[in-house]
Amino acid sequence: MSAAAPTTTYRDALREAIREALLSDERVFLMGEDVGAYGGCFGVSKGLLAEFGPERIRDTPLSESAFVGAGIGAAMAGMRPIVEVMTVNFCLLALDQIMNNAATITHMSGGQFAVPIVIRMTTGAGRQVAAQHSHSLEGWLAHIPGLKLLAPATLKDARGMLAPALADPNPVLIFEHGSLYNLEGEPPPQAAVDIERAAIHRAGADVSLIAYGGTVRVAAEAAEQLAAAGIGAEVIDLRVLRPLDDATVLESVARTHRAVIVDEGWRSGSLAAEVSARLMESCFYELDAPVQRVCTAEVPMPYARHLEQAALPQPEAVVAAVERMVGARV
Amino acid sequence: MSAPPLNDPGHGLRLLRQMLRVRRFEEKCVELYSAGKIRGFMHLYIGEEAVAVGVMEALREQDAVVATYREHGHALARGVPAGAVMAEMYGKLEGCSRGRGGSMHLFDAGARFYGGNAIVGGGLPLAIGLALADKLRGLDRVTACFFGDGAVAEGEFHETMNLAALWQLPVLFCCENNRYAMGTALERYESETDLALKAASYEMTAWSVDGMDVLAVEEAAQRAAAEVRDGGRPCFLELRTYRFRAHSMYDPDLYRSKEEIESYRQHDPIPALEALLRERGALADADLQALEQAVAGEIQEAVEFAEAGTWEPVEELERFVYWEGEAP
Repeated sequence: MSAAAPTTTYRDALREAIREALLSDERVFLMGEDVGAYGGCFGVSKGLLAEFGPERIRDTPLSESAFVGAGIGAAMAGMRPIVEVMTVNFCLLALDQIMNNAATITHMSGGQFAVPIVIRMTTGAGRQVAAQHSHSLEGWLAHIPGLKLLAPATLKDARGMLAPALADPNPVLIFEHGSLYNLEGEPPPQAAVDIERAAIHRAGADVSLIAYGGTVRVAAEAAEQLAAAGIGAEVIDLRVLRPLDDATVLESVARTHRAVIVDEGWRSGSLAAEVSARLMESCFYELDAPVQRVCTAEVPMPYARHLEQAALPQPEAVVAAVERMVGARV
Repeated sequence: MSAPPLNDPGHGLRLLRQMLRVRRFEEKCVELYSAGKIRGFMHLYIGEEAVAVGVMEALREQDAVVATYREHGHALARGVPAGAVMAEMYGKLEGCSRGRGGSMHLFDAGARFYGGNAIVGGGLPLAIGLALADKLRGLDRVTACFFGDGAVAEGEFHETMNLAALWQLPVLFCCENNRYAMGTALERYESETDLALKAASYEMTAWSVDGMDVLAVEEAAQRAAAEVRDGGRPCFLELRTYRFRAHSMYDPDLYRSKEEIESYRQHDPIPALEALLRERGALADADLQALEQAVAGEIQEAVEFAEAGTWEPVEELERFVYWEGEAP
């Protein structure tokens, strides 16, 4: 057996990206609950306090509204804050600042003030932490003009999205799916990635599976099962949730003529609904079958494992949706 | 606390002129609102002018201001041109926010005026962020943050007080206590009505000031700003004031008595300063007339500027949702 290739994790890739930002730009600082002494709730910022000190790695009180708002103010004054809101569930306590200040001030001031803040948060379910800690609210936040939303689903994006997000003069929200922190693989290149385009995660000719964040893996697993049955599923990783990259999605569906959207958000008023509507508007005549959606069941997330798994989008449900579209059993 | 002496009558005249600018500007706004030139929400500062005028005297050019939705007075006293403010209220392109903000969202990057904010308490976290940026960069600047008594009931107030004191941020908190959160009286919504005491409980210097006395406000603001600047820590002023007009143009003002309003009108900061200046021989009838004329002229020019302003082409509707060009 040959020596194992060096591997890294999604968590380490995120940390390296933050380190690089702190080293390359003195305007950058990290602030949030337990980012310092604790090392980050999910271990992303472990070691950074020792390396950069408490001025740049700032532990905050449990005051989401105040420290997110402070990040917005600091960004308006020319700093480049990275604010960690621990999880999307807690960003609800800062929603006023995100929506009424970060998203509006550039426009409301007639273009006088930029808000170059990056807000990171964990999202998603699957860890049996029940209804209040399992939200996927990307769709809600993607509703808001003035924000940009990113969902890194790969090591490459975990490593490469932060630099362009910090360089962006607008508020950028980065959603890290909780199930991905231990994702392992070859260390990605130390290179910024684009934050405009969706990506073809896996090519296929018969159906487009459109996913983001945590559901990219769900779609990819479904694609594996479909491949075994001779159905070529293309997996599109949306990557950027606002503004959506219509071109990549439409181009894919124009080739495959079928689309299933896999979204961990609830179906009603979801990002999946938005993507579906855009497909209807822009490539209705390319479709061989109605667009399908595989979303989380519309319940507050239950604790019991079997119920949680039943609520979440699973590869089997994606496969079943494709079967309905192609009229075949896999 | 008794009012400080007026050592420099010339300075007193300047304060009077500033307060008159705000008062007459807003009186004109009422006319223009009735005429349909100004629409939307409009909150008048009439009665509270001594607060903004007194505090601004303590600020320097490099300092920043975060204001509320009742911020015409803050903007004018800070030096945002009256024409740009009026044009904004008209919704014109030449307005200080290109007509996208209106009365509640006046902005001026040049004056470091970080906006009226129409969410009660919403500006407080921004202010500590501006101050944090200054602290991290070692800049000798103060951020003055205005908010009303109503904001004290918001969670953001308490989060912000704690963080400002914990991180020793250079913010001058100016709580404009006009005794009403829209239509609800202070004693009907606060268990502890001594607002300076609340701030002091967060380990910051805090005291109450007669907000109807511009000299007292200025003196307190100078002292507080010096503490912020030299001490590198936040300071809190509770400025006890009163608005003579209703909360907004939509408010029928049913929750307080005419007698109460009248009793506060007896403490109108403008006639009070006029009387003091007259007493000191610094203001004769002719002087006041000349002052009023100059102010009326400025406001007339502001109205003409707004009238002559243009409407932003509808094709530009979606501009500025995202920043245009390179990051600043």
